[in-house]
Amino acid sequence: MAIALPAELGERRASRIDLSLPVLITFAALLCVLIVLPVSWLVYYSLTAVDPVSKARVVTLEHFHALFTDPDFVDPLITTITIAVSSSVICCAIAAPMGWLVARTDLPLTGTIRALVTASFVTPPFLGAIAWEILAAPNSGLLNQAYRALIGAPQDEYLFNIYSLPGLIFVISCYTFPYVFVLIANALDRIPGDLEDASSILGAGTWTTARKVTIPLALPALVAGALVAFLQAMILFGSPAILALPAGFHTMTTKIWSLFQYPPKPELAAAASLPLLLVTVFLLRAQHFILGRRGYSVVGGKSGDPRLVKLGRMVWPALAFVFCVLMLPVFLPYFALFNAAFSRIATTLISPASFTLHNIYFTFFELSSTQVALKNTLILGSLSATIGTVLALVISYVTARRTIVGHRALAFLATAPIAIPGIVLGVGLFLSYTRPPFVLYGTLWILLIAYVTIELPAAYQQLQSAFRAVHPELEDASRILGATQLQALRHITAPLLRTSVIATWCFIFVSVIRELSAAIMLFTSETKVVSVLIFDLKESGDLGAIAVLGLSMLLITFAVVIFVNRIPGFGATVRLRNN
Amino acid sequence: MMKRAFSRRDVLKGSTALAATVFAWPLRAAPPAAEAITPALIEAAKKEGKLAFYTAMDLAFAQQLAKAFEAKFPGIAVRVERSGAERIFTRIGQEYGANINAVDVVNTADAAHCILWKRNGWLAPYLPEEVAKHFEKAYYDPDALHVTTRVLVSPLAYNTNLVKAEEAPRSFADLLDAKWAGKLVKGHPAYSGTIMNATFQIARDLGWEYFEKLARQRVMQVQSATDTPKKISLGERAVMVDGAGYLVIRYKEEGQPVEIVYPEEGTPLAASPSAVFKAAPNPNAARLFQNWMHGREAQQIIVDVACQYSAHSETVQKPGVRPLAQIKLMKEDPEGVEKGAEEVKRRYAQIFKV
Repeated sequence: MAIALPAELGERRASRIDLSLPVLITFAALLCVLIVLPVSWLVYYSLTAVDPVSKARVVTLEHFHALFTDPDFVDPLITTITIAVSSSVICCAIAAPMGWLVARTDLPLTGTIRALVTASFVTPPFLGAIAWEILAAPNSGLLNQAYRALIGAPQDEYLFNIYSLPGLIFVISCYTFPYVFVLIANALDRIPGDLEDASSILGAGTWTTARKVTIPLALPALVAGALVAFLQAMILFGSPAILALPAGFHTMTTKIWSLFQYPPKPELAAAASLPLLLVTVFLLRAQHFILGRRGYSVVGGKSGDPRLVKLGRMVWPALAFVFCVLMLPVFLPYFALFNAAFSRIATTLISPASFTLHNIYFTFFELSSTQVALKNTLILGSLSATIGTVLALVISYVTARRTIVGHRALAFLATAPIAIPGIVLGVGLFLSYTRPPFVLYGTLWILLIAYVTIELPAAYQQLQSAFRAVHPELEDASRILGATQLQALRHITAPLLRTSVIATWCFIFVSVIRELSAAIMLFTSETKVVSVLIFDLKESGDLGAIAVLGLSMLLITFAVVIFVNRIPGFGATVRLRNN
Repeated sequence: MMKRAFSRRDVLKGSTALAATVFAWPLRAAPPAAEAITPALIEAAKKEGKLAFYTAMDLAFAQQLAKAFEAKFPGIAVRVERSGAERIFTRIGQEYGANINAVDVVNTADAAHCILWKRNGWLAPYLPEEVAKHFEKAYYDPDALHVTTRVLVSPLAYNTNLVKAEEAPRSFADLLDAKWAGKLVKGHPAYSGTIMNATFQIARDLGWEYFEKLARQRVMQVQSATDTPKKISLGERAVMVDGAGYLVIRYKEEGQPVEIVYPEEGTPLAASPSAVFKAAPNPNAARLFQNWMHGREAQQIIVDVACQYSAHSETVQKPGVRPLAQIKLMKEDPEGVEKGAEEVKRRYAQIFKV
């Protein structure tokens, strides 16, 4: 901002107060409170215990000792690692060929395919898990019923058992593969065509080029995808709570959650949360390292569109593969939910005899939690989206324009929550805000803080890249004409960023609606949200009401997603690329 | 801010329950005076306009009961907060621990909870008129802090499409037969009060070894006592080890393929008491609801619609529901459960791994 101003102009400006510095300091302080407070409480609790005699807190390592020696914790730890590794491998094995087919071949219907991937991305994993229970519970599951009817197998024979470790890994993979798909498809989209052209000119055939040029260039993205899938699978709460408990095993997240049953053991919960936090931080550093290197590998190669591989007759098997994959997270589960919503018995196919509107009537007119939960969800969704977008906007402005000293710290703080798994943040916030000076438990505020903290990194990354695209000259012109930094931001930059801002707002809104793992730690009866209500209903087996609520949730989500897609320049593909 | 709200409630509590407390505490033996549903109470309740009812009843029935109350007293909305009794107990503990007084009336399926709440001084003494007249003394607290709303049993049951009547299990011991491996479904004592009591009684009468052997049968573990009947009625598992007997009876009435079995060793029993909280945000609506719920009309709904047992002497038994007197029951022991709940949860988690 080294712009020489005429003296009198400078004076005129000085008479007005430039609020930017105080505003920025406030934001930094706010971020510190958001992140540092819960994490410090976590560390403090994990290292202390109440002395039974003196009632004072004493420093101890007993919780960590229990964590790594007690089979009650060691088993879930091993299970969690197994799940994370397997899901990660499966996601890569499925998403890599799919990403390649969509980005680099002449496969038709790529728009539809990307839209369906978006659909599986926005489907709450816990809802998917419940739908898969309806589909593949060993005895009552629709698919197993169909299997028995087809081959005339006896009553207790089944094809799938969703209540098992492989079943859980499968369902988790269904809703984690979009992350990997997006990373890989993006990387392949960005690989410049001229590198491939060079390979062709030197005599390599289509497949050789793919093998020797395209795949190696996409490999870092694949590794990054594997890490993201690993993390997602590790920190998921809903799917294991729904599928692992009936099968008789815990994962780390369900174990942490069970530690809050009466009598609550917050110290152990805090201690069990920290490994998740540390692994996440470590893996994200690794991902950063790998993605960072990828950036150099294609430097200077931005010209030329990617060349599409001609599939020829292979187009049909390729399409079949893609749609078979998409059956699993989208078509089949949605069908199961639809069936459960309108059938008297969730696992009986809809027929004139079993058709009913009772579930709809019950959910909206008898179930007294529905209204409260819907209201809370919509309030929290729009508030978190608004606050999160504003926060992300200001921070990305500061970091993109480097206006104040310490903008790097601000950028770090804004991306730091990405390393805090939802359930860990939930535990941390619970410990932070159930005591003075901040008694927020029992209000919507604590959930708002959780959601804003969780969604900030993604929002920040989206807006930061949008900011980079607006040249600072435009702002400088406004400043020269006497506007303060904030006025320049409001009148010049903001209108230029409108589409990105709206997209970010919608992204947060949709993510808040599907969040369960932090909310499950923080809700009270009056601050229940739809995801928690669905989980409650699941525990008592009320599948009809779950299906109706779940479908309503999806309806709201899709309305928002379609709205974003109608904004010019923001198709589904762009939307996903920014994640 | 929390502090001020609390003291205001204290004043309120003082004014509404003054007479009751003054007479109840020093005398101990004599319960507070029984109270009828007066126009003044209805008026005051309508001013509050709402109440929060935390309950462990099956959701569909809890909502039905709430609707019946709302129809009788229009203008008072009942918000049903349903979960397992142990979950509700945790929830209230967490809320009270953070000075959040959201609950007005609670109905738990684990009488041990009332012992602890009473000891904490959280409950308000309130004796509905019909309870004093028509309930045996065993079914309400001497200080009128809680009243048994319904009595539950946790029998065995099976899906009649999957199991022939002559092959059905007759006792807990039968469930250990290898033929039931992978075919059993069971609720969780850390979620459900009914299951907590059942687990306590079975462990006491048959020993924890029973559960150790049962765990080898690859039991499907669900949470709620209201979920096990749903799982067998869907045919997901053939036999339920424990759960809400009343739902099995209801589902059978609806024509679903389920049949109840009262095990030879005795059927676990759980009284389900209700209480008004001292710090209830809607104290009058809470009392009105508590009073109505233990009157003849609501108690008969519990018998007829929910197929449960009522302590109200004027309720008419429902045909098709076996009277309690004709069932061999395990002995209920709320004091024992209160002391032993943590141990039950710990051992259970060790044996069943969840």
